[in-house]
Amino acid sequence: MAEITMVEAIRDAMDEEMARDEDVFIVGEDVGQRGGVFRATIGLFDKYGESRVIDSPLAELSIVGVGIGAALYGLKPICEIQFADFIYPAFNQIISEASKMCYRTNGDWTVPMVIRAPYGGGIGGGLYHSQSIEAFFTHAPGLKVVVPSTPYDAKGLLKAAVRDPNPVLFLEPKKGYRLIKGDVPDGDFVVPIGPANISKTGQDITIIAYGMMHYYALQSATKLAEEGINAEVIDLRTLYPVDQETILNSVKKTGKALIVHEDNLTGGYGGEIAAIIAEHAFTFLDAPVRRLAGPDVPAVPFSHPMQDWFMLNEEKITNAARNLANY
Amino acid sequence: MAIKIIMPKLGESVVEGTVVNWLKKEGETVEEFESLLEVESAKVSTEIPSPASGILLKILVSAGTTVNAETVIGWIGEENEVIQETNDPSEPNLIVNKGDLLVEEKNVEQEVDYSAGRNVDLGFISPVVAKIAQEYKINLDQINGTGQGGRITKKDLTVFLESRKEKPQDPEKAAWETPGEGDLFRPTELQFPGKFVNPSEKKVQNQPGEIRKEENFSPSRASRVIPHTKRRKSIADHMVMSKHTSPHVTTVMEVDLIKVVSHRDEVKAMYVAQGAKLTFTAYFISAISQALTNFPIVNSSWSDEGIELKPDINIGMATSLGQAGLIVPVIRNADSLSLLGLARKINDLAERARNQKLKPDEVIGGSFTITNHGTSGSLFATPIINQPQCAILGVGAIQKRVTVINDAIAIRPMVYLSLTFDHRILDGASADGFLAKIVDILENWN
Repeated sequence: MAEITMVEAIRDAMDEEMARDEDVFIVGEDVGQRGGVFRATIGLFDKYGESRVIDSPLAELSIVGVGIGAALYGLKPICEIQFADFIYPAFNQIISEASKMCYRTNGDWTVPMVIRAPYGGGIGGGLYHSQSIEAFFTHAPGLKVVVPSTPYDAKGLLKAAVRDPNPVLFLEPKKGYRLIKGDVPDGDFVVPIGPANISKTGQDITIIAYGMMHYYALQSATKLAEEGINAEVIDLRTLYPVDQETILNSVKKTGKALIVHEDNLTGGYGGEIAAIIAEHAFTFLDAPVRRLAGPDVPAVPFSHPMQDWFMLNEEKITNAARNLANY
Repeated sequence: MAIKIIMPKLGESVVEGTVVNWLKKEGETVEEFESLLEVESAKVSTEIPSPASGILLKILVSAGTTVNAETVIGWIGEENEVIQETNDPSEPNLIVNKGDLLVEEKNVEQEVDYSAGRNVDLGFISPVVAKIAQEYKINLDQINGTGQGGRITKKDLTVFLESRKEKPQDPEKAAWETPGEGDLFRPTELQFPGKFVNPSEKKVQNQPGEIRKEENFSPSRASRVIPHTKRRKSIADHMVMSKHTSPHVTTVMEVDLIKVVSHRDEVKAMYVAQGAKLTFTAYFISAISQALTNFPIVNSSWSDEGIELKPDINIGMATSLGQAGLIVPVIRNADSLSLLGLARKINDLAERARNQKLKPDEVIGGSFTITNHGTSGSLFATPIINQPQCAILGVGAIQKRVTVINDAIAIRPMVYLSLTFDHRILDGASADGFLAKIVDILENWN
């Protein structure tokens, strides 16, 4: 057991999966000799060679297309999209090919592919290196969408994703790559795709978040506890298929739900969670379901004060949660 | 066919009424519109006229019993007629199981039917609060809301449920754990106060001016509880609610009533000839009505959305019922009445108030209230606002006082007027402006 960063946990997961199964390979921009722009694949090129850690052209459509082809051929590709912002050229491949393959062939063919994509702002990345893209992809049954928020879950979920017979979009909160540290056991373990994690129990209010926002939500919960507000915090971990049971059980207990995501509000993933709660836990509600999300502007601004204005943080979550708890 | 006698709805938001007394016995003949029984609600006591001529066949709700409005409380019909206890589904509210009706009030389980959403009295009821209230049959009126805008939260309900749970859990005490009753079981020093004084207390006694401690224990001084009448409870609730609702501020002005007094002396006899006793109250109400026309903001209610100006000037007139309490009959559209009209209306309402003959709709809908505390000698007072109104005017005793007019000392009939107003709606200056207007009207009466 050692305390490591999120990005180290991701690297370890790939290293172990490649050692375990020689069908696993990595393809992406700068993943080889450079070891990835975030150093997520560092050392793997030297260890597994250029045929298993492949530097691709700057063409995301081709990265994912290659992945799908290889997967249909029987390999287990891990495609890295350098920044989630660059994934759109591959949208057609992911939605129309990868996510529909199993259904389209009545289960004869599947695409056991992982697409890793660092997402999110707060790193001074501006419009094209800060986007949250989950809402576009959680609308595609056939594609699993996973967002870890701790090194432990990052390693366990990535391993589960590699072993999953169907495509998994693995979103990595890049601000947390080195910021979030945690104990991760050495050796093989898997965190199943699907179940959410109750990272803190409480009875006054439920805060539902994922990725970087879960990290802040936990800090808020500590702050709120000092004020006598006992928040329950749910880390969704898997956005599709979502763990309805954990959400509903918690909201039925607290009667109040605050959904937090960094992506902008309108049409965001939080709307789906709000709908689930309204539909299945209405009579348990003691307050309106609230969403706290990024503002509806086209992108995370580059200017630092503007970026701060866009990004949620511990303080904004604490205020929203306190407000709801006092409803 | 037999006709139902139904408990009427005795005023706005009144859902139950108590049968005070049946004026006819079963088997007696009654004429249509003849007084049949007396009922009482939190707001009013009244006699209920018979809905039909015939024989009072059956009394279903005996005196002293409280039932929901629209409950069938008896039947009228022809002699020897058999009552058809139909189950007409078109009138589900009126067909009530006879057994249910005769249950004593305290045993009647409160009908609980809350749905989520806005509630006039309770504010927003959340889905979970509605559900729990339903499930545990909780009357939400008894719960103190601590949520936004005073709404009842799930937590408030949970706390309430827990406190309720604790009470019945109190196990019944065994006989030997309970103190015995009667003198035999009482300590002798309590039985014979003053006879057994222990030395330490004796010392205390020696100090001059000290009250003898035993007096506190004297059984003859045990307090006696007067059970609340509905009216007393209703008054108490309203007073507390009002003080909690509005920030009360009282302003006082003095009026020289010389012109009013001389006008009254002049026309009094003429009014009597027309069947009206002219009281000073008529002058005050007339002045208030005129002043309200000039200051419509005073004829209003506070609401969260804004200050609600009332379209009509309806003056409530606080009327003492002696020990029984107080009732406030309302003079509707007081501004449209002449002094004679006001005098007649005041006589009529005051008379019927004292005889408890007011109709339910005569005690609601006031937009301003006057209270004449001067009749009991009070010079000025700080009346409590009759919610949801904006202000109340207290009229003190009219006394001849020495006053200075044009640097000369004069003796004039003077009165203090105390205006208590809702400081959310009015500021001191505007309230004083309104009160000054009343003073002006009275001092320049013609």
